Amino acid sequence: MIAHSIFFYFFSIIAIFSSLMVITSRSTVNSVFFLILDFISVGCLFIMVGAEFLGMILLIVYVGAVAVLFLFVVMMLNVAEQKQSWFIGKKSNHLPSGLIISVLILLELLVVVGGWKYKEDLMSSSTLILSDVSNTHQLGLVMYTDYILYFQLAGIILLLSMIGAILLTFRKRTGVKRQSYFKQISRNPSSAIELKDVESNKGVKIND
Amino acid sequence: MIEIGLGHYLSLGAIIFFLGVIGIFLNRKNVIVILMSIELILLAVNINLISFSIFSGDIVGQVFTMLILTVAAAEAAIGLAIIVIYYRNRGSIRVEDIHGMKG
Repeated sequence: MIAHSIFFYFFSIIAIFSSLMVITSRSTVNSVFFLILDFISVGCLFIMVGAEFLGMILLIVYVGAVAVLFLFVVMMLNVAEQKQSWFIGKKSNHLPSGLIISVLILLELLVVVGGWKYKEDLMSSSTLILSDVSNTHQLGLVMYTDYILYFQLAGIILLLSMIGAILLTFRKRTGVKRQSYFKQISRNPSSAIELKDVESNKGVKIND
Repeated sequence: MIEIGLGHYLSLGAIIFFLGVIGIFLNRKNVIVILMSIELILLAVNINLISFSIFSGDIVGQVFTMLILTVAAAEAAIGLAIIVIYYRNRGSIRVEDIHGMKG
């Protein structure tokens, strides 16, 4: 039990520190690095608390794909000249209301923690965690049977986001020779080959 | 203090959510940091769902965490694509330069 609490405080302090650094860091590349650190430490917390599958998904999908996508975009857009910290530049004029709203949200969420202590009876459910199968097995038992439509909906959302990202960033360049499949396939010998009778000692003029 | 319960995980989620919300308001650099703040908020929601799922012994919270992960990945992809085409058209993604909608 003592090891559990030591690991919890270790990972959660790293998570809070790195999320603080994400929003206050001087350069955007550092923010992405701290975001990766945040994902890794929260993933370790998930694994520690018993949700191994989601912890590994967080490590693989988030650190491996999403955070690296952020890193790609930051390096591609050349935002290095825009590195200016939030406390140096022009102040936002909706900063006070934003601060009040965020502190209120924090207080409300912490009140929930206090209120949960006195709630004894949990809602009964038909999908309680079995103790004799692993976390991944249990998740699969529920996800592919009761929640199959949600699972398929998630796949459609991913497909749509892929199509949307490709369509948004696609652009037609001028002055680039592109391969036209239609022109390529619809050629036939009569339009592709031209036979000429060449007179002796004259040569032939080719017009492109 | 030593015994780690549900309240500790909920407090961690609340603090990370708070930092994400404050990052949106505090930010004067570029829009990418705002997207990262949204990722932080979604991560806090995931912490809450998983801790409730574990401590109340119900697996459905983890199923919905999977769905939130999916939506967050889709949102990151679309948002970064929008930022790329915005930078291509305007040459800047600073927050104070983006006032086309007079917001």
